[in-house]
Amino acid sequence: MKLKKNIASSENGFVFNPSTGDSYSLNEMATEIMLMMKENKSSEEIKTDILARYEVDKHQLERDWDDYMSQLKENNLLEF
Amino acid sequence: MAKVKKKHITVAVTGLNAIDSPGPGVAVARALRESKDFDIKIIGLAYESLEPGIYMHDLISKTYQIPYPSAGTDALLKRIEYINGIEKLDLIIPNFDAELYNFIKMSVSLQKMGIATFMPNQEQFDARDKVNLYRFGERNGFLVPKDKTIYKVEELNLCVEAFGFPLVVKGKYYEAIVAHTLEQAQKGFHKLSAKWGFPIIVQQFISGTEINIAALGDGKGNAISVIPMRKLYITDKGKAWAGITLEDKSLIELAQRFVKVTEWKGGFELELMRTMDGKPYIMEINPRFPAWIYLTAGAGQNQPAALAKMALGETVKPYMDYAVGKLFIRYSWDMIVDINAFQQISAFGEL
Repeated sequence: MKLKKNIASSENGFVFNPSTGDSYSLNEMATEIMLMMKENKSSEEIKTDILARYEVDKHQLERDWDDYMSQLKENNLLEF
Repeated sequence: MAKVKKKHITVAVTGLNAIDSPGPGVAVARALRESKDFDIKIIGLAYESLEPGIYMHDLISKTYQIPYPSAGTDALLKRIEYINGIEKLDLIIPNFDAELYNFIKMSVSLQKMGIATFMPNQEQFDARDKVNLYRFGERNGFLVPKDKTIYKVEELNLCVEAFGFPLVVKGKYYEAIVAHTLEQAQKGFHKLSAKWGFPIIVQQFISGTEINIAALGDGKGNAISVIPMRKLYITDKGKAWAGITLEDKSLIELAQRFVKVTEWKGGFELELMRTMDGKPYIMEINPRFPAWIYLTAGAGQNQPAALAKMALGETVKPYMDYAVGKLFIRYSWDMIVDINAFQQISAFGEL
């Protein structure tokens, strides 16, 4: 799962898609993941990082991860 | 080092009606004023005494009333001759669809008076007319919603059979109504034909995201500037009250292709509807700058200034870059005007 190259995002969770003009506000966790994706980290790297730093069940993380990725996909923010 | 003296020019603009359904004149004047190449005096040409631009003297030095397009070219030419006798105009930029026919017809006479214009020719103007748009799209490989041109309200039944509901009822020059029932379509037919005359254009409804492109063609097939914009806030009249510049190569290529096939000369606006699967349908092609044209200057491609340069014989290279994610947010502002000013323009046609 890779973010489209031209997606702009800031550390305070504002995301702008310059192709569509859509903008979004992310919560803290979503922002953190978005910034790691911007650094081209793989899904596995990001998940490992989250599991190491937060008290979260692995299955719960997988469910939330899939949900987040499908939202990014629906909003046309991911490369295919 | 000596400072380079800017060339002084006098430019007349129409479309000073900066109202809820705004004409582009005030935005064109503002963009021209910011040109680094010219020292510009701007003359307004207005139809009505309450066009706000008349009273914006920081932008527009003086305004003259001109006859309505329905009065014909003789009356307009006579008035322009009078104005030119006082102001010595270098260039006129007309900004209304409805007046362009007269200005195109008069362009040679204007040239003889020493006034430049930079407009499409009659053939280019007609090709993109609402009435001919579907055929234009078919011939040149552009996606355009299907339509029917009608003169009688009974003909709406045929349109309903062909397109179903919703469908779009459009006036000859301006305004469109989305109709969900036959009754709404009939009401729209009567309203728009009373206001703008015949024919009425009934168009297939396309759902998607509204995107507009402001562009400038050099008349030789080159697009000098192309700025795509997504409407972020739309008024009940369908006008953009806020918008943002987009980065999308396919939209720029679409406008470039339009300029290439038409050899368009002057400013224009493509009104697009991008469907969920990304197909850009051309809903309308306006043969002049849009009211949001100042955004092109704000984003780094001052289209009115580039038009002025080309109209006065300079070569302008196509712009390559612009700021993506640049917004315009329109606002309303109450000017306080003395009754004498209103009286001056109303009674004497000059202010």
